[in-house]
Amino acid sequence: MPAPPPPIAVARLVKIYKTVPAVDGISFTLAPGSITGLLGGNGAGKTTTIATIMGLVTPTSGRVAVLGAEMPRQRYRVLHRMNFESPYVEVPMRLTVRQNLTVFGMLYGVAELRERIAQLGRELELTELLDRPTGKLSAGQKTRVSLAKALINRPDVLLLDEPTASLDPDTADWVRGHLARYARDRHATVLLASHNMAEVERMCERVIIMKRGRIEDDDAPAKLLARYGRGTLEEVFLDVARRAPQSEAAQ
Amino acid sequence: MISQTEAALAFSPRRIAAMLLRYWYLLRGSWSRFLDLVYWPTVQMLTWGFLQYYIATNAGFFARAGGTFIGAVLLWDILFRGQLGFSISFLEEMWSRNIGNLLMSPLRPFEFIAALMVMSVVRLSIGLVPVTLLAIAFFGFNLYALGLALVAFFLNLMLTSWAIGIFVSGLILRNGMGAESFAWSLMFLFMPLTCVYYPVSTLPTWLQPVAWMLPPTYVFEGMRSLLIDKVFRPDLMLEAFGLNVLLFAAGVAGFLALVRSARRQGSLMQTGE
Repeated sequence: MPAPPPPIAVARLVKIYKTVPAVDGISFTLAPGSITGLLGGNGAGKTTTIATIMGLVTPTSGRVAVLGAEMPRQRYRVLHRMNFESPYVEVPMRLTVRQNLTVFGMLYGVAELRERIAQLGRELELTELLDRPTGKLSAGQKTRVSLAKALINRPDVLLLDEPTASLDPDTADWVRGHLARYARDRHATVLLASHNMAEVERMCERVIIMKRGRIEDDDAPAKLLARYGRGTLEEVFLDVARRAPQSEAAQ
Repeated sequence: MISQTEAALAFSPRRIAAMLLRYWYLLRGSWSRFLDLVYWPTVQMLTWGFLQYYIATNAGFFARAGGTFIGAVLLWDILFRGQLGFSISFLEEMWSRNIGNLLMSPLRPFEFIAALMVMSVVRLSIGLVPVTLLAIAFFGFNLYALGLALVAFFLNLMLTSWAIGIFVSGLILRNGMGAESFAWSLMFLFMPLTCVYYPVSTLPTWLQPVAWMLPPTYVFEGMRSLLIDKVFRPDLMLEAFGLNVLLFAAGVAGFLALVRSARRQGSLMQTGE
């Protein structure tokens, strides 16, 4: 029996907007059940990479496959097995939490939806909030609602763009814990783009560091710390951010 | 047994129902949205209705014109509000920054379009049914007395409104909220050319072929024929339908091309201005 395709496979991906290269020939493959951090400064190409994986952007060249489906051409074969959370996208604020989860549950074809919403309510401490308008909730509560939306279909591939941005430390820590538990229990593959180094260090078993559209480094957090002789991932990130890109160094 | 992947790939009434539920929740929870649906059609109908009443008492021709102004106002509202009903439901997703959630969900473009089409009929009905009843009460003009002709008028006008609504949605996805004004203004380009309030013969000769390229022109001519000459013109309705099929196909093709272009340009990630 052939081995199942990797959850995410990116090969020689290039994305050029007009004349500006946003992603410049990157390749990586994620293993099933892994949590990988995607690090990089502003304009490094993280968001374009994630958007291409989600099928929102057509690559200029190269290939992106999710669960074996070419993106964006075959995206409808796998979108029901994926989900995402991003601070740049919101669920409708005028709808109650339950209404939002009902709509998204139906869109994702979730079976026994009422029970699933009740379960998410318990797991994400939303039970008391289910019948309140989403717009009336605090920032932390809204993030838990977005997380509930991202988990409504029990995704095999979860893409997270700054999942704890603008959250207080306590809520952020709670969200990280929940995501890590979900990935472990479901054996889901998670790709996490973040500026929060401590978050990436705590959650991820692998870190991909991007700069100017290229991958500058790619390894386990402990190995990166050892290789750069640094005590924290933030110091490693600053080393990478301040040195010349690998392409220029090679020249 | 159908697999999960096959179910995701098939056209799904459940996903359409999900979108209809989403818009119903929104309308149900907002009295201002409900009021807005009725407000402008009422103002329009009353203004033109009283104007027609005034002219009819002062000129012989208009006395025979048997409600063409009110009829034109109501049919124009079907065309304009039909497109607006489609576009506003779409814009709700942009305003609430929810469009990204939908684009990355299993919702197919044709399912989204189907849900928006149904919502345009729902919104139009909420707005127009009370106004047609007011037209009976104030001016004795009964739109429903047009019978089967009204069905033909309605279907043709809705097809045009959907075609424009679909194309405008593509423009907004491709160009961001900077293109929102098209949702409010594009249909008004049709107003002088489709001869809502006057016969096509009023236009300069060179402009008349342009008018006959637009499906609503046939509907408004058909309405005048029915109200003034008491003759229903099925030929006009069939020609309008043929043009509408072409216009609708062009609207869908334009939408798909604009979404493809948006994917290439990365504009689906930036749905702001």
